[in-house]
Amino acid sequence: MSKDMKSTYGKAPDSYSKKIKIKSWVLFAWMVILTIICLFPIYLLLVNSTRTSIQIGNGFTLIPSTHFSENFKNLTQNSQFKSSINMAYGYKNSAIITISATILTVFFSALTAYGIHVYDFKLKEISYTVILLVMMVPVQVTGAGFLSFMISLNLHNTFWPLILPAVAAPAVVYFMRSYMKSSFPLEIVEAARIDGSGEFGTFVKIAIPMMKPAIAVQSIFAFISNWNNLYTPQMILLSVGVEKKTLPMMMASLTASDKIDYGVVYMAITLSVVPIIVAYVFLSKYIIAGVALGGVKE
Amino acid sequence: MAASGAQRRIKSISYAKYGYLFILPFFIVYFIFQLWPLINTFILSVHGNGNASEKNTTSNDVLVGLSNYKTLLSGGDTRNEEQQHAEFFKAFKTTIILWIGNFVPQIILSLSLAAWFTDARLKIVGKGFFKVVMYMPNIITAASVSVLFMSLCSDKGAVNQILSSMGLSTVDFLKGTAASRGVVMFIQTWLWFGNTMIMLMSGIMGISPSLFEAAEIDGASSTQTFWKITMPLLSPIMAYTLVTSMIGGLQMFDIPYLYHTGTEINKDIQTIAVYIFQRYKNKNGAQFGYAGAASVLLFIVTVILGSITFYLNRDPDEVAKKKQRKKLIKDAKAKSKQFGGLSI
Repeated sequence: MSKDMKSTYGKAPDSYSKKIKIKSWVLFAWMVILTIICLFPIYLLLVNSTRTSIQIGNGFTLIPSTHFSENFKNLTQNSQFKSSINMAYGYKNSAIITISATILTVFFSALTAYGIHVYDFKLKEISYTVILLVMMVPVQVTGAGFLSFMISLNLHNTFWPLILPAVAAPAVVYFMRSYMKSSFPLEIVEAARIDGSGEFGTFVKIAIPMMKPAIAVQSIFAFISNWNNLYTPQMILLSVGVEKKTLPMMMASLTASDKIDYGVVYMAITLSVVPIIVAYVFLSKYIIAGVALGGVKE
Repeated sequence: MAASGAQRRIKSISYAKYGYLFILPFFIVYFIFQLWPLINTFILSVHGNGNASEKNTTSNDVLVGLSNYKTLLSGGDTRNEEQQHAEFFKAFKTTIILWIGNFVPQIILSLSLAAWFTDARLKIVGKGFFKVVMYMPNIITAASVSVLFMSLCSDKGAVNQILSSMGLSTVDFLKGTAASRGVVMFIQTWLWFGNTMIMLMSGIMGISPSLFEAAEIDGASSTQTFWKITMPLLSPIMAYTLVTSMIGGLQMFDIPYLYHTGTEINKDIQTIAVYIFQRYKNKNGAQFGYAGAASVLLFIVTVILGSITFYLNRDPDEVAKKKQRKKLIKDAKAKSKQFGGLSI
């Protein structure tokens, strides 16, 4: 017993580091498994987009086939899909809505945060509290009232109700305010005033360039959430033709048909997913840093 | 000091209008597109369900009082009302089941991963790569993800092909109650665990490293460090994650709405958000009354959860400042009393 103990004591540092090494490798193996789980569905998607519907029905494989262009042709030319899916329109509509909404969100959130941060006014505290309070009200709660209001304004089936509300994004204002608190000294505003800069000019020419990191992160998140948004477009665009549908709406219409050509379905999903994955590969560093900062409040 | 205070006051008077001007667009848009719709939802909830094709229904313009709430919460006389009541409760129950089923595995996975990634003693190769891959599902369009899993889990989809090639019997993942719910829970976990992991990691990294060093010097094992240091100090962030996840769970829409084939949605995975949506986008005419009443009930639950988050999310500096200000006012009042209540 005492001999055992002595030998254990003598070897302690060695066995300790060995234990950690083993643990590190076990964990590494576990992470590899999780990585496979994360990537496997997407890999299967890409493989299946190269196979015909009959091949997909016959069995699954990890080896890509050669019918990619055939599926693409079917998707773009087959009359069965023409009425509900047109990827070119999808990209266009999603891009119009997403880009306009993102610009509005970022610009007006920065402006609102700047107004609250820089100026002292009576309703300052209360307006910020209101913004914090309404941050949590989800669109699902206001949906019914929103739709009936838009119908009464005759704005349903247009893009306006999908773009204009982006001006008021409480979570983004909250983030921008927190960022300004830590890295936007008020002396700069004073200095700009002495140099004769107008208030709005100071915001555009000095504050916005200084807030670039926060603006970049929030632009990315606003872009992703608008691009992926299904709920509001599906609600507002009640009865529109394929030429006004967004990409997620087209994905939704894929499930609606009873007889499904899976080769084409996988093709359509691939086309909707690949651009955002490619963008993610390039921007992942900023996105992950942004999440860590609490940039995402869904 | 006093002079600069006075100066500041003068400035704040002359520039205050810009403050209002800068926050004005936000509030105008907020009132039109968010606050009024919210009030409108309350208004709709006390009006009829305007279904012209059916008898015994009141139009959207007719005031019906609280009868929509009554129907949803306790049923009614007609079959249609009983059906609404049953469907509403089932949707609520489903939402809770789906949320628990994705939150529990998600938090276990995220928390353990966050602890391992931040453990300085472990040397895991490729941490950065793993983080990037695990977050990736979160940015992919949920609608596409739902259709993808619908295709993979269909009768002759890849999952059933794998099962039958291993000699197991196939499962109806699209229509079976437990199976379809299981798939939705899996998708939700798959989508969100990377996001939760990164949030928890930043929380752990906010804990002072000297505490971990001290624990290591005292000979604490990784397990002890996790339970005795990481967990207690992480509890505010854990609570915040819990509540935001609950609010997110109440809004669960894309996956349950799209995970089916054909035109009918799967009632076993119909969440409360899907129920509301189905009411006001009903093919037989919009039932704004039921939609509004269900929205208001959802709103009440969200407000309760949201106020918890708001409380947890307070800026500690602001709270301290407010306390100080209150104390100053109190002291000043006490002093003025000493002078016989004379105001100067």
